[in-house]
Amino acid sequence: MARVVVDVMLKPEILDPQGQAVQRALPRLGYTGISDVRQGKRFELEVDGPVDDAALARIREMAETFLANTVIEDFNVKVES
Amino acid sequence: MTARIGVVTFPGTLDDRDTQRAVRLAGAEPVALWHRDKDLRQVDAVVLPGGFSYGDYLRAGAISRFSPMMETIIEQAKGGMPVLGICNGFQVLTEAHLLPGAMLRNTGLHFVCRDQRLRVETSGTAWTGDFTAGQEISIPLKNIDGRYTADPRTLDELEAEGRVVFRYAAGPVADGYGNPNGSLRDIAGISNAAGNVVGLMPHPEHAVESLIGTGRRDGLAFFTSVLKGLVSV
Repeated sequence: MARVVVDVMLKPEILDPQGQAVQRALPRLGYTGISDVRQGKRFELEVDGPVDDAALARIREMAETFLANTVIEDFNVKVES
Repeated sequence: MTARIGVVTFPGTLDDRDTQRAVRLAGAEPVALWHRDKDLRQVDAVVLPGGFSYGDYLRAGAISRFSPMMETIIEQAKGGMPVLGICNGFQVLTEAHLLPGAMLRNTGLHFVCRDQRLRVETSGTAWTGDFTAGQEISIPLKNIDGRYTADPRTLDELEAEGRVVFRYAAGPVADGYGNPNGSLRDIAGISNAAGNVVGLMPHPEHAVESLIGTGRRDGLAFFTSVLKGLVSV
């Protein structure tokens, strides 16, 4: 079995108030020098069978139509060994 | 013959009963529709009510959008059947790409619950014919993912084609004032190009009786509007 990871992030131009709230809390906790935080989602998919080109193409389709809303989000698919 | 208006229930829907009641008060027959069915039971129009379908998991409306009932509704909406999406229903309509754009977490990160003043920008949709353009109304608003977003080109297109149907309006504090959530260009509701599909975040179905809310029953006109269109067909 192989694991495929899909990362979903808000597009750069979309305001992320949750990330901003996290960033503003950092100095209070003693973590300085972090100028920006953006929050996203990570999906870990356990794939039955080989992760070949066809399987990856299906996963990309899944990410584009369901895991991410491409109006507001970008996604990235990578295979973990 | 009495018009039949379907009200869809997903797991996690909250406002289906209020919506059925609003439909009845407007003079139509409410028809309960279940998300796992495909059959629209010969309704003339459909309302997707508010709530938290599938717990808002993944994104609000993202899972409901793929229900068997939605597959039928998407097909019928493209053929001209009137569809109104309220709150979570609006989120479902954007996820289904029947309406452009998307909804994001409110800029203030708070759940906002209040009476909200709105300006009706157009009476040229299936759900706003009983309003006049420029009319201001007040109906309840209650959500945390209500920030309407679309790219600038889409926003310009919506404005140019008269498809911004409702905007958050400034007004007396008691009525709820201004933009509550950071929605771009103060947009509270939009329509598709044909005007049969409308989505908005505030809740007309909670403003149909004089005992409740502002008592002005501003929400009733949504439902009487669609009835007039159905009768004249």
